[in-house]
Amino acid sequence: MPDAVTIPTATSDAAPLARRRVSPLPENLFSATVIGSGLIVLLLLGAIIVMLADGAWPALKAFGIAFFWSPVWDSVNDKYGAGIMVYGTVLSSVLALLIAVPLSIGVAYFLTEILAAPFRRAVGVVIQLLAAIPSIIYGMWGFFVLAPWLAAHFILDVADLAAPVPGLNKILDYGSGNSVFTAGLVLAVMILPLITAMFVEILGATPVVLKESAYGLGCTRFEVVRSVAVPYGRRAMIGAVMLGLGRALGETMAVTFVVGNATRLSPNIFAQGSTIASTIANEFNEAGFGSMKLAALLGLGLTLFIISFIVLAASRALVAPRAVS
Amino acid sequence: MSGRTSARKATNLVVAALATGAALLSLAVLASILWTLIARGAPALRLSTLTTSMAPTGEHGGLANAIVGSLIQVGIGMLIATPIGVLAGTYLSEYAKGSKLGDVTRFVSDILLSAPSILIGLFVYVLLVATTKTYSGFAGAVALAVIAIPIIIRTTEDMLSLVPVALREAAAALGAPKWKVVTQIAWRAAGSGMLTGILLALARAAGETAPLLFTSLGNLNWSTSLGKPMASLPVAIYQFASSPYEDLVQLAWAGALLITLGVLAINIIAQLTVGRRS
Repeated sequence: MPDAVTIPTATSDAAPLARRRVSPLPENLFSATVIGSGLIVLLLLGAIIVMLADGAWPALKAFGIAFFWSPVWDSVNDKYGAGIMVYGTVLSSVLALLIAVPLSIGVAYFLTEILAAPFRRAVGVVIQLLAAIPSIIYGMWGFFVLAPWLAAHFILDVADLAAPVPGLNKILDYGSGNSVFTAGLVLAVMILPLITAMFVEILGATPVVLKESAYGLGCTRFEVVRSVAVPYGRRAMIGAVMLGLGRALGETMAVTFVVGNATRLSPNIFAQGSTIASTIANEFNEAGFGSMKLAALLGLGLTLFIISFIVLAASRALVAPRAVS
Repeated sequence: MSGRTSARKATNLVVAALATGAALLSLAVLASILWTLIARGAPALRLSTLTTSMAPTGEHGGLANAIVGSLIQVGIGMLIATPIGVLAGTYLSEYAKGSKLGDVTRFVSDILLSAPSILIGLFVYVLLVATTKTYSGFAGAVALAVIAIPIIIRTTEDMLSLVPVALREAAAALGAPKWKVVTQIAWRAAGSGMLTGILLALARAAGETAPLLFTSLGNLNWSTSLGKPMASLPVAIYQFASSPYEDLVQLAWAGALLITLGVLAINIIAQLTVGRRS
């Protein structure tokens, strides 16, 4: 049989094959290098947690677990707690979401349903570019443009309106252009392109067949989005909102310019306040090597790390895991 | 029946109007930001801004040392981040399919990706500044590298996973060992996409302020020594923008315009790289 004749040629080729098998050095070297790089990443996170916890330890030892919520920040008597900053951080980020999410939904609806198809790609690129602008630019705009405008045209009027209403007049009281509210507004502007881009992607991923079926039943454009596209992408949309929240919680530069940097607790959203990140940025140069204040600031960092980890874990639990897709 | 239909049509129109309103409002706000940036930054941007160092108010300083400091720190940061990011991304895509260690690494990389950048600054402060008792340009570069690494990992993994399995199989069938399949087939096929990820990481690192505040600190004087405090464009903007002097604030706007143009230019180049591939 002619086929059998070819077998010897195959075996004579086996020699270089065998030689290749006995020198696995480059293969082992390469796989060791890539696995080593993966391990560096693990080490990096481990080191961040250990360094923050270790640096914060003097403060945690002195003030106990209550450090995380105690609303005391007294540099004169060296007594510290994260309560005021946690409050400011959460309040400004929630305000940012309350403003940015409805706007993002509107903009995403406009981009996917109303805008003519040829413009969509161009607008998509513009949104991505806006999301890439460094956050310090948003902070400067907030400080030099938005805050003076709010002080002149917005806060007094709103406080006047709210003054006769008991309860509400404590939340919307007379205040300053630099406030937790202004910080929330600047954060909203900053995360708007980010959330909008994700919403556009999620709404665009609705299977066309589902949407066409709904149109076939006589649904209007709005009904198709409300009853088909949004339910289809709901989990991913909530995940996108959580990612936006995570960005807002840890933002430093956009907030530090406009939040007022006052370390006191106030229900008034127009009052000057502070966030974890703004306090760290603002007071770090007042803290000497090995001081209690430095430990307290690192404790604030640890608190922020815990908060953003919880938010990230929640957003991952909601969005379909990447490994599956 | 027709009443209900017209009510539904009216709702549809109202929603369309609200959505258009939201889009116009967002556009107006973002236009206001860009307009402010150009209107205040462009007049202050002169050739002398690029050639003279920072100086106290009234002395007609520029931003030259901050620009050079940024270039040095971002450059060294990217030199550290690129190999680690590319190799770790390659590990996740080519060596860690379905492995526990791979899943953990991916999760950890995602945590790093979304960790507030100020925490990276604190970490490098404790690691390099508190131990050496001096702020340094090198610490700044390390902080920027930690920011860039997870971005490069994510894009490298995503781009490598787009390379068809058939390409890898064809190479393996020719007898190529795995490391050759990865470096000569997968890396080449995904090359422009991986480059895009590196450029995006570069743009992100170049605009970061918070991690540099406690690492390279900023420096009013000309210094290219990696062992000493080093100026950077974002920190210079921060210091000048919060000063009470009009000439320094103007210089801050000029810096803000410069850094935005730079970041947008890198992003546009990155977008074009992707566009050419597809």
